[in-house]
Amino acid sequence: MLKIEGLTATVDGKEILKGIDLEVPTGEVHAIMGPNGSGKSTLSYVLAGRDGYEVTGGTATFNGVDLLGKAPEERAALGVFLAFQYPVELPGVGNANFLRTALNAVRRGRGESELDAMQFLKVARARMKELSMPEDMLKRGVNVGFSGGEKKRNEVLQMALLAPKLAILDETDSGLDIDALKIASDGVNALRGPDFSALVITHYQRLLTYIVPDRVHVLMAGRIVRSGGKELALELEASGYGAPQAA
Amino acid sequence: MNQVVHTGAEGFLHRYEGLKDRLPGARLPWLAALRAKAAESFRAQGFPTRRVEAWHYTDLRQVTQATFDEALTLVEDDIVLPKAHTANRVVFVDGRLRSDLSSWPTMATVASQIGRIEGRVMLPAEPMAALNTMLFEDGMLLNIPAGTDAGVLEILSIASASPRPTAFHLRHIVQLHQGAKLTVLEVNQGPDGTRYLHNPVWQVEVGEGATFTHARLQQEGRLAFQLGSIYATVAARGTYDNFTLNAGGRLVRNEIHTTLTGTGATCHMNGAQLLSDGQHADTTTFLDHAAPGCASRQTYKTVLTGKSRGVFQGKILVRQAAQQTDGYQMNQALLLSPDAEMDSKPQLEIYADDVKCSHGATVGELDGDQLFYLRARGIDEATARSMLVRAFLQEAVEGIADETLREALDSAVQGWWERQP
Repeated sequence: MLKIEGLTATVDGKEILKGIDLEVPTGEVHAIMGPNGSGKSTLSYVLAGRDGYEVTGGTATFNGVDLLGKAPEERAALGVFLAFQYPVELPGVGNANFLRTALNAVRRGRGESELDAMQFLKVARARMKELSMPEDMLKRGVNVGFSGGEKKRNEVLQMALLAPKLAILDETDSGLDIDALKIASDGVNALRGPDFSALVITHYQRLLTYIVPDRVHVLMAGRIVRSGGKELALELEASGYGAPQAA
Repeated sequence: MNQVVHTGAEGFLHRYEGLKDRLPGARLPWLAALRAKAAESFRAQGFPTRRVEAWHYTDLRQVTQATFDEALTLVEDDIVLPKAHTANRVVFVDGRLRSDLSSWPTMATVASQIGRIEGRVMLPAEPMAALNTMLFEDGMLLNIPAGTDAGVLEILSIASASPRPTAFHLRHIVQLHQGAKLTVLEVNQGPDGTRYLHNPVWQVEVGEGATFTHARLQQEGRLAFQLGSIYATVAARGTYDNFTLNAGGRLVRNEIHTTLTGTGATCHMNGAQLLSDGQHADTTTFLDHAAPGCASRQTYKTVLTGKSRGVFQGKILVRQAAQQTDGYQMNQALLLSPDAEMDSKPQLEIYADDVKCSHGATVGELDGDQLFYLRARGIDEATARSMLVRAFLQEAVEGIADETLREALDSAVQGWWERQP
């Protein structure tokens, strides 16, 4: 279970998160919705451990383990996965090499054996087929020359390969057409199960018709201001975020 | 008895006076005359100081304040050779050919050169090349006949663990006739604990439609000085592909002069400099577009750690006759330490009006977003950094088609990385 209590954080000295309280029980998928600038991406970066996001108070634990004191790679080894809103291009780093290095790092962390190049290709090809990704994306530089949709699918491919326990999807729907959105959602839904949790961050309700959440939270000005069932997303879509309401 | 200690240019000239009757080819009047002329040139210029524009960023005082012996008379028997990269390898120890340690294609065109090089030895104007001409002991003559593919040859220059600092000045002469092909992997190594000066000069003449691929792995010992120069001309539709890895040595200069003399000639000059604490490496290129329709590509990448210093100077000259020139030059540096320093000086001098010529230079650090992306996928910081450094070098390396060269280069890069603290 992901448990966040009283989390405050600053970026460049400016307080962005102003006391987040949130629990995502194991096996559940929660959505976080909110307008631009409400702190959605900051929350995801703080949970993943990005430099420049300073935690000034509160706690975040995953299955009882403190996340905030750990290096990003240690969080990944615990099973935390951040699907980036803007996946980074890595010119000169081959996608296959990147994926295999990441997969083997996470496997080592789980006490599993590493995959050799042949074993890896077999696994990767199968996942890529499910995501309708052309095989030559393995040969290219990581995200280099990928369209917005290809980059997002590459994120979902990484998630499918690394099989995290907690996925944080930061606006994975942005830049996706409806077909790509379905494919990406299928990738997430395939991981759903009693041991998998997800925090789906999105601006729009659209994604949540494909990844149906157990709970929806509204983030505004650095705080969760409302929480509810999946129907809350529809309500927000109809009436907008409006003025902050009492939680 | 007082021994006079000779350093700097005076020291080399002094040794030349003492050695000139014993230098290889001393009885050949043309060679003796050429050496005398080189001595005059070197006497007049001395070692370049930082007041000389081309040497503004590289201070040779470490070299000029040291004393050296020409290795002429030393014989080192128990030299340990690194593993050969190719079936054919020519080995020079302290600047002298060791045929007992070498094997090369039986083709008569590959031979140690003294006595066969009359009329082929040039005397360039630069002082380091004059010093080389004055004192060179040995080298290869690679004279590849028209239409011949001479395959791959490794040329290893290794310094012995001599108790006294030595200097050696190899002179290699490469001539590819029409349509000929040759690939050379030049490996320069020496022990870490020995101070020596390696001052090689390559003369390269690429004939019409010929292709010379020349990869240099500079992995000299940690105390070594290497001041190497290449003088290349490329005739019509010929190609000179040069790749240099500067990874060793204390003070290193890789100076390349290439002149494209015939229509449609091509030149690739790429390189990587991998520098650690205390090292200084300088890549200086002069590219002379003297004929129309030629293309040149230069990509140099420097990675610096500790307190190291890198230099790139690249001049492209496009003469009036060189219309439709396509020139590109890029040099990029990655600073992995706040104490490292990179100086870069690109220069374009264009006299033709119909040309495409571009250059660029960047100096930066590892990208924090890229690093975080890798680490967020579970890759530890050290591995992530090494992946990004290799990626940074990729662009300079990807032009190398030959598998042997690529592997040799990969392992050299890997070796450098593993030595970093």
